[in-house]
Amino acid sequence: MTDIPPAVELAGLTKTFGPVTAVDGLSLRIEPGEVVAFLGPNGAGKTTTVDMLLGLARPDAGTVRVFGGTPADAVRLGRVAAVMQTGGLLKDLTVAETVRMTAHFHAQPRPVAEVLERAGIADIADRPVGKCSGGQQQRLRFALALLPDPDLMVLDEPTTGMDVEGRRDFWQAIRADARNGRTIIFATHYLDEADAYADRIVLVRQGRVVADGTTAEIKNLAAGRIVRATLPGADQAALAALPGVQAVEVRGDAVLVRTDDSDQVARHLLTRTAARDLEITSRNLEDAFLALTTDTLTAEPTQPIGV
Amino acid sequence: MTVATSSTTTSPARPVDRRPPALGGFSTAVLGIEIRRVLRNRRTLMFTLIMPAVFFLLFGLPQRGQDLPNGQPVTAWIMISLAVYAAMVATTSAGAAVATERALGWSRQLRLTPLRPAAYVATKVATAMVLGLLGVLVEFAVGAAAGVRIPADVWLLAGLAAWLGSLVFAAFGLFVGYLAPAENVMQFMGPILAILAMFGGLFVPLEMLPHAFQQIAKFTPVYGVGQLARAPLTGDGLDWVALGNLAAWTVVFGLGAARLFRRDTTRV
Repeated sequence: MTDIPPAVELAGLTKTFGPVTAVDGLSLRIEPGEVVAFLGPNGAGKTTTVDMLLGLARPDAGTVRVFGGTPADAVRLGRVAAVMQTGGLLKDLTVAETVRMTAHFHAQPRPVAEVLERAGIADIADRPVGKCSGGQQQRLRFALALLPDPDLMVLDEPTTGMDVEGRRDFWQAIRADARNGRTIIFATHYLDEADAYADRIVLVRQGRVVADGTTAEIKNLAAGRIVRATLPGADQAALAALPGVQAVEVRGDAVLVRTDDSDQVARHLLTRTAARDLEITSRNLEDAFLALTTDTLTAEPTQPIGV
Repeated sequence: MTVATSSTTTSPARPVDRRPPALGGFSTAVLGIEIRRVLRNRRTLMFTLIMPAVFFLLFGLPQRGQDLPNGQPVTAWIMISLAVYAAMVATTSAGAAVATERALGWSRQLRLTPLRPAAYVATKVATAMVLGLLGVLVEFAVGAAAGVRIPADVWLLAGLAAWLGSLVFAAFGLFVGYLAPAENVMQFMGPILAILAMFGGLFVPLEMLPHAFQQIAKFTPVYGVGQLARAPLTGDGLDWVALGNLAAWTVVFGLGAARLFRRDTTRV
């Protein structure tokens, strides 16, 4: 089964715009059937990466393979489809006309009625696109993306600008569709979206992957606590061997331990070592996200992130 | 293209036999939708079908009873000129529609489909030519209804020349469309077309204008098609200057559009 190419393989992808490096040597491999969230703050390089993945932008360096071929081939064969933030629609066509017209561009499209139904816009089929709300237009783009029954669906911040209800409806439509082994990649800066809909989260910052793991693993990055104490000459190995300890870092006289079991570490430090000024802090997913995706390093060790 | 044949999917539920669309995604069905779109646009209908017809009623009808030197009616001369005008406005606006679609981001959306850019342009040109034909037919119908009587072969040849010659303006429209991605491109194209039509002798016979004007006119893009379309009526025979003019401008606009088109599609 090793001859099955990955759905997406990005290697050393780099893209600069003048002095700005939007994507900086990004590598990523996504297997068929995965539902992956591409999570990062605005300006992290998500959209540029998605553009290169779809063949809408050419990388300055690195390679993109989609199902073993070029993005252009994948688009032409209907293997990949996308819902972009910026894709324009013709205002003078109705919803159904837009889908019908786009269906003719594909060799083997799904029936128009079916994709309208699956995107949840069958009831507004005869509405002119110009009169549709942002959320309805986004679901129309989703309907267009469903036409080729793609093996890979890419969504670039699909719910930007939608209200809470619109977001929920949109994701319900996506989720109802995410079966039969379709690979889904979505870029988002909403943590809760990544958490709720992805199997795997790829955190990007400044055009690089800073963390990559299952949703549970990424959450664990944040679930632990940090025990900090002043302890000159701390025995890092001993601390690392304690149950629940994820990472140990020494900064001068201070030692920082990231752990699931802060009581255990605190007890050890206070009873077995000369540690003083002990301090326990916890963080949530939001903190982890900020810590991983912002420039200014917080007090926590962000080093061993190889989850 | 080899990816389609290997079974590169994990789940049997995924479609395996994938192929690109025939003709790069060009289809008569889409052409039909495009033509319907154009006909739904009141503004386009106003400028391409109604206005030239009204011009004929305003400026053509008063000349009723007047004859050209060869005995053919002057109203036919005006009708054919305005048919050329109708066709040129129609084909230019249909070609320039790419400007609107680029401005709206629709072209970007299309790049996420298997539609080849060449098929897209072919659809636009075909739409332009259908609309151009409609412009000629409406003008001729209004002329015939208003009493223009000329030999059948003149109807046919003049109509064909006006229609086929307007291909140069389909190219012109595409050229402008790829030059300026503006939603309202026809608002500034309208006056430009009117000036070109003036130089092409569509509104007033060039012989009635100053000599310098006539000399310049021979190098402007409407001159050739205007002369050729009226030749069957005036009996002037094949005008090589006009033919050269039409060929040269078709090449200029065609190459210009092709060049900008290529720049647009390779820009990634």
